[in-house]
Amino acid sequence: MKAIINYLSDPVFSFTGIIFFFFLGIKHIEVVASKKFATIALILILIIFGWMSLDPVFLSIVIWPDNVPIIFLLALVIWSTWFAIHKGVINDQRMAAGEPPVEGTPENREKVWAWPNLVYTELFAIIAGTVFLIAWSILLKSPLEEPANPTWAPNPAKAPWYFLGLQEMLVYFDPWIAGVTLPVLIVVGLIAIPYIDTNPKGNGYYSFKDRKFAITSFLFGWLLLWIFLIIIGTFLRGPNWTFYGPFEFWDAHKVVAANNINLSEIFWIKFLNMPLPKNIFAREFLGLILVAIYYTFVPVFITRKFGQKFLITMGKARYYFLIFLVLTMMSLPLKMYLRWFINLKYIVFMPEFELNI
Amino acid sequence: MALEVEKKSSINRREFFSYLSIGFIALSASVGGVLSLIFRYLYPNVVFEPAMDFNAGRPEAYDTGVDERWKKIYGVWIFKSDGKFVAMSNICTHLGCVPTWLSAERKFKCPCHGSGFYPNGINFEGPAPRPLERYKVFLDATGNAIVDKTRVFRYEKGEWSNPDSYISV
Repeated sequence: MKAIINYLSDPVFSFTGIIFFFFLGIKHIEVVASKKFATIALILILIIFGWMSLDPVFLSIVIWPDNVPIIFLLALVIWSTWFAIHKGVINDQRMAAGEPPVEGTPENREKVWAWPNLVYTELFAIIAGTVFLIAWSILLKSPLEEPANPTWAPNPAKAPWYFLGLQEMLVYFDPWIAGVTLPVLIVVGLIAIPYIDTNPKGNGYYSFKDRKFAITSFLFGWLLLWIFLIIIGTFLRGPNWTFYGPFEFWDAHKVVAANNINLSEIFWIKFLNMPLPKNIFAREFLGLILVAIYYTFVPVFITRKFGQKFLITMGKARYYFLIFLVLTMMSLPLKMYLRWFINLKYIVFMPEFELNI
Repeated sequence: MALEVEKKSSINRREFFSYLSIGFIALSASVGGVLSLIFRYLYPNVVFEPAMDFNAGRPEAYDTGVDERWKKIYGVWIFKSDGKFVAMSNICTHLGCVPTWLSAERKFKCPCHGSGFYPNGINFEGPAPRPLERYKVFLDATGNAIVDKTRVFRYEKGEWSNPDSYISV
């Protein structure tokens, strides 16, 4: 059983599986949002987590003081995502029946004073948060290590938990892409959401149906491309940043065949059976063309197939910026699969200009 | 009458400028003080700055393969093979972590993102885009190898064939 879980937790399977379950859940959102489903899922999660914690290797990862906040985070993420969807689906059902959303009922439109209603709640939250932090800092000692030494790094060297998703991205990309370009685009994209998303529905009330595309694409990026990467970085990455199953001992000598090659090497050496051209643009032309196609023809294709409605309602500038952001977001899973299946290192490889995509 | 009273209660032009100059001097002093503190802060009390060049001893004394004796102090691996004695940087070319030498697997492996390098420094796995950099090495008059970290040789620029980047042994 543990061997099977170790095997299946390899991201090729676990990432594919979680994508599958994500879209399955989106498709049957009413089921996911029901309290019955949540109760069963909670019981199952607790049982599975309890059973997994019986394993000494897994337990040592879980109770490592660095990782404790990640456990809290996961519980909070699951809970708040489910709760928002639960409320949204209830409103969807009400609106389908011709009733106003819960937030629009007369008893919920009643207004109260900020003082004392809000301020008391905030005061209580501040006190509870302080007590929680003090108790936490007393109970769990911070894992201090030896003084910093520029000629030595711990193995594995893990980023703070909130950056583990970023660190996981860096495994698949050049630092200029995953460390600078993508984080900037994430921030820019998040800032741009109110300018891109001009859908007036869902304002002031929870809803899923009214904002299906917005919620799905956000949750895809948030849950799969950030939270799940944090989970991988926390539980499944061991010494030398190698994958380890949750029950697998962190043996620093685990050998993984990972001879990564660039697209230019696949094309020129493996496929055409000739040496790499001296001119770097001739060498990398296939990768450059592929990247260009990805950002020019793919948007056109998507627009032909699905995007006409969005293009009309949003306008060209908004629409193509959205497509650009979505394509950039999808480049991460794309690159991950390319790495796993054909050991691809870089599509465009130009270390001469520090440009590797 | 009213004009005279007003004149007495307010400060005159000369006083105003003397107050202004006092205030300006005080402001400059405080800003200068803060700036000098910030400037002082940029120079820590304890600096870990090993010398940029060091004497690595006689190249003949090294065994073939990777040698780690200077890694802890200077951040340099000595690699000797095929009649060449080279000094390699221990900084990963991906994002600057410090790889570990795995003698059993005969490779360098970076603990941050899993980049792997052959003993000669060529990258072969993980995201590292280019091989480990090499430092200038030369023999001094007594036959000792001197490693000079101020001069870097990069493989992708074809600099490893530069005679400064290795010592023939």
